[in-house]
Amino acid sequence: MSRPSFFRRRKSCPFAGPNAPTIDYKDVKTLSRFVSERGKIVPSRITAVSAKKQRELAKAIKRARFLALMPYVIG
Amino acid sequence: MPNYETVFIARQDISATQVEGLVENFEKVITDAGGSVPKKESWGLKTLSYKIKKNRKGHYMLLNIAAEAEAVHEMERQMRINEDILRYITIRMDELEEGPSAMMRSRDRDDRPRRDRDDRPRHGGDRGPKPDAAPAADAAPAAEAAPAVEDAPKAEDAPKADETKSEGDEA
Repeated sequence: MSRPSFFRRRKSCPFAGPNAPTIDYKDVKTLSRFVSERGKIVPSRITAVSAKKQRELAKAIKRARFLALMPYVIG
Repeated sequence: MPNYETVFIARQDISATQVEGLVENFEKVITDAGGSVPKKESWGLKTLSYKIKKNRKGHYMLLNIAAEAEAVHEMERQMRINEDILRYITIRMDELEEGPSAMMRSRDRDDRPRRDRDDRPRHGGDRGPKPDAAPAADAAPAAEAAPAVEDAPKAEDAPKADETKSEGDEA
């Protein structure tokens, strides 16, 4: 707790690398990892998703919501 | 010819054969205009995340289409007219996906008895523990999201965000 926080290692983007999951609005299971309990899209500074992938991810989540595969709000 | 991927949701009260009929109609629109429908995939009757026109469930169909835009516009026009169609989305793809889509794959992977009508709320009991137990590989990135709150460089911001969120819940 008392350790300085700037020694934390930078996490890499979960969508980077060879066997990373592809971002697809039909893949609800993957997308649901990037929304909060309320159903909001989690900011990339928390999930460490790269900016480019975050844009893709946001679009995919919004498409999934439109098709009622994911909720707009929970509760 | 450009490639498109269409998903539409049909009303819950119609039968699977009626859905087939709809698909045939739309396919005919495409083929008459010189296009093709290389893949048709039925996701079955799924529970909607929220009600659409008082429907709690819907028949999901995925169509992969290779056709000119005019054909797709015509198909969409007919979908708008048809009252059995609750919603549709057409997305232009660079490459059409071969083989089963992510929806079908996920269904096979965690072969839960999803096909028996509705899934989410009813099976909520065994859905809870399962994500921890079954997809071990998936669990890691999921866990990543949570501890990342501490790990993230701007750790101060994150808990604050959570607090405001929970306040919102109570309100």
